[in-house]
Amino acid sequence: MFETNLHRAKGLGSSHSGVRFWVIQRLTALALIPLSLWAVYSLLSLVSAPFESVCSWFSSPWTVTFTALFILMMFYHGALGMQVIWEDYIPTPLLRWACIMSTHFLSLGLGFFCLICLLKVYFYPLSDITLPALPK
Amino acid sequence: MTSLQQRRPLSPHLQIYKIQITSLLSILHRATGMILFGGVFMWTLYFFALASGSAFYQQVQDLLLHPLGLCSLGLWSFALCYHFFNGIRHLFWDMGFGYEMKTVRLTGWLVITSSFLASGFLMLFILFEVF
Repeated sequence: MFETNLHRAKGLGSSHSGVRFWVIQRLTALALIPLSLWAVYSLLSLVSAPFESVCSWFSSPWTVTFTALFILMMFYHGALGMQVIWEDYIPTPLLRWACIMSTHFLSLGLGFFCLICLLKVYFYPLSDITLPALPK
Repeated sequence: MTSLQQRRPLSPHLQIYKIQITSLLSILHRATGMILFGGVFMWTLYFFALASGSAFYQQVQDLLLHPLGLCSLGLWSFALCYHFFNGIRHLFWDMGFGYEMKTVRLTGWLVITSSFLASGFLMLFILFEVF
């Protein structure tokens, strides 16, 4: 991004974050091997369970940790994968950058939201969400 | 692109090259990845329902266990199993193993059968739970 046009045209310079991207994609994939198995096990246990059982499932710090790690790794690995897809199929640089950026923002935002919801269930399982009263 | 560039002919590629197990499994890995990414919206809805309380959670659970919901769950679970097994195959390639054509075809078929078996088993279990 900060190279001169000639520099870039000659193909000079490092691939910058290319190797790091590749490594992180593989690391998140490795992490997702046990974490996906955990997620599937969770899903199978909770699919027909009533709300109270689900709340008690999420009352253990182990469950919450593994679920939170799964959420993090899933969104990160997914965002990296989608980035590769955008890079492959969108010819115009500006649109490509916009798609990649939006995917990362979306993944970050939704991932954070999932984590907050998970923490809410862990700390306050049985209270419904209500809008906070405005201070007088 | 100038209009001259737009009018230059391309030699046929996708229209003419026969699909093989290598190219099919590769594009399927990408396609299942996209399906899984689409599934994160459902995950988000699920966690929001968890946080919202029993009424909304019940609605989301009913949505998921509705026949259409079960179909999408089946598609998603096949995508998960396929991407999982083929991902492991990719990781072995990254370490340098398994590039001989014999091995590629063998592991490819292993991945396909495991994906069908695993997702079939998962869906049967879920259906058994629900009904």
